[in-house]
Amino acid sequence: MAPQPPLLTMSGITKSFPGVRALDGVDLEVQAGEVHCLLGQNGAGKSTLIKVLAGAHQPDSGEITWRGEPVTLRSPIAAMRLGIATIYQELDLIEGLSVAENVFLGHEPTSAGFVVRGSVARAATAQLLRRLGHSEIDPARLVGDLSAAQQQIVSMARALSHDVRLIVMDEPSAALDPEEVDNLFRIVGDLTADGVAVIYISHRLEEIRRIGRRVTVLKEGRSVAGGLPAESTPTEEVVALMTGRNVEYVFPERPEAGFAAGSEPVLKVEGLTRRGEFAPVDLELRPGEIVGLAGLVGSGRSEILETIYGARKPDGGRVLVDGAPLRPGSVRAAVRAGIGLAPEERKAQGLLMLESVSSNVSVSTLSRFARAGWLDRRTERAAAHQAVRELSLRPDNPDAAIRTLSGGNQQKAVLARWLLRGCKVLLLDEPTRGVDIGARAELYAVIRRLADEGLAVLLVSSEVPEVLGLADRVLVLREGSVVHTADARELDEHRVLDLVMEGSPTP
Amino acid sequence: MTQPATAAQKETPTSAAKSARGQEISRRLGLRWDVRSLSLLGVLVVLVAVGGITAPDEFLATSNLQLVLTQASVIGVVTVGMTFVITGGGIDLSVGAIVALASVWATTVATQEFGFAGILFTAVIVGVGCGLVNGLLIAYGRLVPFIATLAMLASARGLALQITDGSTQIVAVDSVLDLGARDAYVLGVPPLVLIFAAVTVIGWLLLNRTTFGRRTVAVGGNAEAARLAGIDVRRQRLYLYLLSGLCCGIAAFMLIVLAGSGQNTNGNLYELDAIAAAIIGGTLLSGGRGTILGSVLGVLVFTTITNIFALNNLETAVQQIAKGAIIVAAVLVQRRSMPGDA
Repeated sequence: MAPQPPLLTMSGITKSFPGVRALDGVDLEVQAGEVHCLLGQNGAGKSTLIKVLAGAHQPDSGEITWRGEPVTLRSPIAAMRLGIATIYQELDLIEGLSVAENVFLGHEPTSAGFVVRGSVARAATAQLLRRLGHSEIDPARLVGDLSAAQQQIVSMARALSHDVRLIVMDEPSAALDPEEVDNLFRIVGDLTADGVAVIYISHRLEEIRRIGRRVTVLKEGRSVAGGLPAESTPTEEVVALMTGRNVEYVFPERPEAGFAAGSEPVLKVEGLTRRGEFAPVDLELRPGEIVGLAGLVGSGRSEILETIYGARKPDGGRVLVDGAPLRPGSVRAAVRAGIGLAPEERKAQGLLMLESVSSNVSVSTLSRFARAGWLDRRTERAAAHQAVRELSLRPDNPDAAIRTLSGGNQQKAVLARWLLRGCKVLLLDEPTRGVDIGARAELYAVIRRLADEGLAVLLVSSEVPEVLGLADRVLVLREGSVVHTADARELDEHRVLDLVMEGSPTP
Repeated sequence: MTQPATAAQKETPTSAAKSARGQEISRRLGLRWDVRSLSLLGVLVVLVAVGGITAPDEFLATSNLQLVLTQASVIGVVTVGMTFVITGGGIDLSVGAIVALASVWATTVATQEFGFAGILFTAVIVGVGCGLVNGLLIAYGRLVPFIATLAMLASARGLALQITDGSTQIVAVDSVLDLGARDAYVLGVPPLVLIFAAVTVIGWLLLNRTTFGRRTVAVGGNAEAARLAGIDVRRQRLYLYLLSGLCCGIAAFMLIVLAGSGQNTNGNLYELDAIAAAIIGGTLLSGGRGTILGSVLGVLVFTTITNIFALNNLETAVQQIAKGAIIVAAVLVQRRSMPGDA
């Protein structure tokens, strides 16, 4: 008997977005009936890969074969027809429709081709929910009324409502209690026993050891290891694979450790907290200092930054600039006190994409260039020009449309905005996201120079080496709490990853 | 300070190429926008030619051209206010109803006792007051602009009907009526056209030359980015609806002058005409880009079409269809000229 071809093979998959090579040659092989785990740091390409597999993105090159036959996944529907279902981390259910309507959305049981047979859909949904061990969910209820865990079950029922052979689960356990996780694993076990394959994405190594059979590790858009045995591969090896780098970043020189210890902190955060997002956080920031927050997505990093900035209202605690407390939940108060933010989503939160570089830089300082509301556009443009020149932004033209700039230069425009305003504290949320490798070193140098000139910088990045290389001090976050604080020189990437994934420092 | 210089040099060739391309693109874009306004101007010229050919005696008569301009003036003032609201990412469906309410409130017997000033003042205050309610509901009550101004549309019209009880309120103040007389000229132009011109110029300066205009564009283009840049987004939104209300008040006064009366049916469907004129002029319905000159051209195009159709005794139905087609065509052109507008 000829050996069974694998259920799915992907080879040499590449996918680029403007400015980023998200996938740079990924190989993946999945057998029927196995739980195949996908591991990698944030930005390693996991999400892009599963979107390719779901037919939501088209790869630039590479081959996909399905049960031995080459296929093209032109659209999500094409993937579904083959039997590939994806359960995204952010649930994609429609809250205003019932459970049954969601489960059969797009393939409703009908008579005469268009009359939806609601009772049939409800009965079939009830059966699927029973199979998933959640018969208590009423198929007629609105999805919006269900808990997050129940919604996840509905997503799974939707996946099973197709004739499914492969289910992709993107961090399915992230929103679940331990008991619900047990139930999830039982379901996964049942599915694989029926010959369905599962691609399982999780940051929790213990889970992967419990249910995974094999592991593929992604790093910087490449698969660096495929088909490792999930149970027996040592953690060390997995972490080494995830972090080993071909590209060495060039970080600017740091001042000596503890250089700022004598000076008064410019920013003080005392017991700042937001329920469900992060536990009380204390931190101090001195002029000239870069402090990094390291943690996974969802560990509360960005939330802390945005709360300090007043964009989110804290449930407790306070923020002081030069000893004076800020009005909580007010961006304007924070800006007036001298805080600036370079937000995580540069395009959505930071830039006016239809405008010029100059307008984007001057937007926080407009009144300085105005007399009685009347803008002096020459002074405005000259000041903006000066600010972008100091950061060597290219092109050296304040009238260029911001959307024509590269990611790194767009980020410099955001920094120039705060430089122009003369702020004292700079909050940077993922400053190098979407910035290509070459331009990063320059951005790092700019950030360090701003600090050397007396700015206090609070840096958030999901790239651990970036935090370690750029910051003076590092706070490690895990699920909303600071689990470790240390001088950046005393930490290494391995240690930080252990901390953010396991929560307990390993010696 | 390791090596920003070398890193910069390394990046230079590619980004220089990029920047050259970027400038090229923006130049072409700018050109395109000019072409857009020019094409609207072209449409206007064609329309005038069509009018001149189909109704040579009537259309080109000074009195008719004056009529077209005067009619355009009232809706034009409303459109300038609407342009600000839309550029700031909002919409104001209540403009027609506010015009109606302001026009009847300003022509009640009680107000007319205060003469010219009383009428003008009341019209403006009622307009601004309605704008204030809209603005507060939207900016601080967090109502969706569509809903808040829809509610204002309904209630302002209702109130206008209640005040007049359905009857036309004749203006008996001579100084007001004189402004609307056929032979009334200020600086050689009809007074209403002069008001329109003034509102246009002020609107253009406000949008293009002041912090207010810049903030309007920022809020409409990306409210979240504007907020994180330290702009008071809510206050800006409030101001925008106040401004729209103010324009409605001015337009109401102009209607009173024009008709010599106040009616609760005034300003019917002004919201649609104003939105349509702004959009075909080149203001983005999604906010973030607005052009006062485009809006004014849009108003002139619409008013001229109406006039030509009327002179040629064509039905209103045909007229409406033509307007609809123009709106669709204009928005299709707008789509084309906005690359990268994801």
